[in-house]
Amino acid sequence: MKSRMSLLTRYAGIYAALIRYSLIHEMQFKVNFLLWIVVEALWFGLQLAFMTVLYGHTDQIAGWSRWEVVLLVGCNQFIQQLFHMLFVTNLSNLSELIRKGTLDLLLLQPVNTRFLISVKKFEIGNIANALMGLAVVFYALAQLGRTPSPAQWLGFVVVCVAGLSVHYSLMFLLACISFWTVRAQGIVWGYYNLFNIARLPAEAFPRGAYRAVFTWVLPMLLVSNVPAKLLAQRLASPWEWAALLLMAAACFVASELFWRFSLRHYTSASA
Amino acid sequence: MTPSSANSVSTDPLPAHPPAGLWSKYAHVLSMGVQNTLVYRANFLFRAAFGLVPLMATLFLWQAIYADKPAGVAIGAYTLAQMVSYYLLVTVVDAVTAVAEDDWQIAADIKDGAVSQFLLKPLDYLAYRLCLYLSGRLIYTSVALIPVAFFLFFQREFLVGPASSWGWVLMPVSVLMAALLQFLIAYTVALLSFWVLDVSTFIFIQFAFEFLASGHLFPLDILPDSLHRLLLWTPYPYLLYFPVGVYLGRIQGADLWQGFVLQGVWVVAAFLIARFVWSRGLRKYTAVGG
Repeated sequence: MKSRMSLLTRYAGIYAALIRYSLIHEMQFKVNFLLWIVVEALWFGLQLAFMTVLYGHTDQIAGWSRWEVVLLVGCNQFIQQLFHMLFVTNLSNLSELIRKGTLDLLLLQPVNTRFLISVKKFEIGNIANALMGLAVVFYALAQLGRTPSPAQWLGFVVVCVAGLSVHYSLMFLLACISFWTVRAQGIVWGYYNLFNIARLPAEAFPRGAYRAVFTWVLPMLLVSNVPAKLLAQRLASPWEWAALLLMAAACFVASELFWRFSLRHYTSASA
Repeated sequence: MTPSSANSVSTDPLPAHPPAGLWSKYAHVLSMGVQNTLVYRANFLFRAAFGLVPLMATLFLWQAIYADKPAGVAIGAYTLAQMVSYYLLVTVVDAVTAVAEDDWQIAADIKDGAVSQFLLKPLDYLAYRLCLYLSGRLIYTSVALIPVAFFLFFQREFLVGPASSWGWVLMPVSVLMAALLQFLIAYTVALLSFWVLDVSTFIFIQFAFEFLASGHLFPLDILPDSLHRLLLWTPYPYLLYFPVGVYLGRIQGADLWQGFVLQGVWVVAAFLIARFVWSRGLRKYTAVGG
């Protein structure tokens, strides 16, 4: 037990150092740092504008009212920005680490390599955008007249972590394709298209192959829908959040297995 | 002048023995561009195929909206088939005209001093980049044709033909002008590299406005009329909404000719602005590594 605690403090210490380093690096380019926050905020505004236009012509989409969809878009933004803050830059960088052979250096560190690859750079600016998403969530809840209980907020945190874990595992899995081809970076960025699915009501998708794939293979229709439904108190059954937790676990296991398999295929690019 | 990066195509713009005439010179750039972009064909295929995923989602969303309404109802004067057709045509026009790597390459050329050689050689940088853009579009369109055609076939029950046979003539004309306008906007934004360290934020901010006001997200005429009219004075609708609207017959009579005039005016204006920014940029330019 004691050694496990010290392991935890050791990794927390390493992570704190990495965050400090990222912050110092970021503050060298302050204007750019602020402009990136503006870029992300603009694209979030665009999503909300789209929904506003749609609800100018209809009262409900697949049983979702206007503010429920706004809540969904807000939840999706919150999760997506946290994902960006923690992982996106690092995962899209994996193909470069492999191409240049820099991965050698990380493999030799006395720290879990997957941990180092995943959290090396911390994008502080995305906190601002995550908070904007959260602000929209609160506003939409007020418009809906719903006040979630503390237990529901706790549940919200749990399903958000599960959603984050789904995104992380799937993108990590895709990034591992870099061990075979240098063109994988395009695939990793292609992952970003999936966020466009995550922010739509799952019920809008007709039952069939498309909905099944995006629930049980690439569970995009769970990651943001379940947290939004939980807060809006419109979860049809506990099976919905159970499905998300199950898929989060499955995706993580799949990504870890594929990572181990990929590492065995690693041939260093440098001397 | 050493090649600065593997994916910069502008390392050696002139062959050892440059062909004589003006046209053959740029024809050579064009063919060089084709050869260079062919390397990216797998990437293009991924990009085109991945791009269809959110399109599919948007179409499902609209179908869900129409499903709750009485059959045959129109939203903003669009039937379901017209609405789906609108998005399908936007996808096609976007494949033909969108800038892919051009703006990033221009920014890189300025950053690592590769534009210096254009100041010394009888080759115009804008014309040179336009040739590369056109060759890039040629390859991208041919590659994207495979997944897009498959998708169109899949959605064929919703695909409506042009409102009149004029659509077949007028749409290609407006798509061509849209391509020129698209290129000039991207070119000008990339030229901001003369002044700023990292131009990517400006590219994304510009793109966000373009995404909304060009009609990429939704047809502009489902907006309140005053807002829709206002947007038509900006250059953005002439990138997507206008060519598609011409095909679908949404834009007719006086609006049609006014639209073509405005599209032409914006192309000329964008060209003049691009020239102006370039000349101002050169005053600021310090050749790095030249």
